[in-house]
Amino acid sequence: MSVDNSQDLFEFALRLGDDALTLGHRLSEWTAHAPFLEEDIALGNIALDLVGRARLLLDYAGKVEDAGRSEDQLAYLRDAREYRNLLICELPRGDFADTMARQLLVDAFEVPYFEALTKSNDRTLAGIAGKAIKEVRYHLRHSAGWVTRLGDGTDESREKIAGALERVWGYAAEMFETDATEQRLVDQGIAVQREPLKAAWDETIQTVLSQATLTVPDADWQVTGGRTGDHTEHLGFLLAELQFVQRAYPGLSW
Amino acid sequence: MATVVCKQPMVDELTILKERLAELPDPEIPVLTLQDLGVLRSVEVKDGEVVVTMTPTYSGCPAMDAMANAVRDVLNASPMPGRVETVFDPPWTTDWLSESGRRKLEEYGIAPPVGSSDKRSLLGEDAAVPCPRCRSKSTRLISQFGSTACKALYQCNDCLEPFDYFKCH
Repeated sequence: MSVDNSQDLFEFALRLGDDALTLGHRLSEWTAHAPFLEEDIALGNIALDLVGRARLLLDYAGKVEDAGRSEDQLAYLRDAREYRNLLICELPRGDFADTMARQLLVDAFEVPYFEALTKSNDRTLAGIAGKAIKEVRYHLRHSAGWVTRLGDGTDESREKIAGALERVWGYAAEMFETDATEQRLVDQGIAVQREPLKAAWDETIQTVLSQATLTVPDADWQVTGGRTGDHTEHLGFLLAELQFVQRAYPGLSW
Repeated sequence: MATVVCKQPMVDELTILKERLAELPDPEIPVLTLQDLGVLRSVEVKDGEVVVTMTPTYSGCPAMDAMANAVRDVLNASPMPGRVETVFDPPWTTDWLSESGRRKLEEYGIAPPVGSSDKRSLLGEDAAVPCPRCRSKSTRLISQFGSTACKALYQCNDCLEPFDYFKCH
């Protein structure tokens, strides 16, 4: 049996690559702006893990597509509507509490997600997931530690992290949606069914928030659309900065 | 050119090449070789070509390009044709760090990884990391992320010296 799944596989690698690229870029914006030196280095390290993961995935997407597009061309020459990342990854970095709230929600998802993806039938994706899982475990310890400290800290830090969680909460639902494209790859043992990971995610979030003496937000709103290119207005600004050099000087290389 | 096939010198060239590759230092931690680090997985001859297999440490480790370039320089200087192949599976782990590598790290002032990469809890406490300077086990984590992707920052509670810890991965 041989099914031509290259269109789906391209789309899937692009999605995971765009998630990592946009979130990595947001974290890199903290470089030289973090509250203190060690934290500056920590956020830079996490950004580097994510941008490195994006490179591997976009490189693979380009090979699967087989139209001659490199990782750089995919990153620098697509417009916002062609980006396929989850909306939560593109939200502005906000203040430090906003960054940590978003990071906790994403890290708590990525741990079970990449654990499952290491079992993919696609050897390249399984290999990339095998690297990513070791890194995301550290990311989760970092974000969980900060959410705990902020929640169980001063009145001001508590107010900020509680507000940040409320603001980002409705963007989490998109992580648990498996659409038709991914479902076809799930059926072939390549992608991971997202909905069943919600239980593990709920448990991690519950554990961290209770350590932080915070309550789980009961927001009843959710926003989705990243996978079909329907983004927030923030992505355009992100790409304007990310892509400026290649747009201004096409084909420029170091 | 005469087409005399002579096997023995090829083997010698390969031995020399392997020795040169085994000496290549890590660009960030020069006391370690790429071999100590476990990044250099194998050197084999396939179809008359030397294939050097490397496994990257961290997804975004900026030293990886420097490592691959250093290996290419050695290959280019050898009379044997060769190339670098990057593999991700199985993923690199600090469990591959050689015994001599661990010793060299400690002598250099970087605490080697404690325990195995897969046996740590997700949100629990880390195992005690002994101070590479005074051997005290009373140390504390300053930051999970240190001067490079592979290191965390610790401080000794007894001698007060801050030190890098090569974290489990």
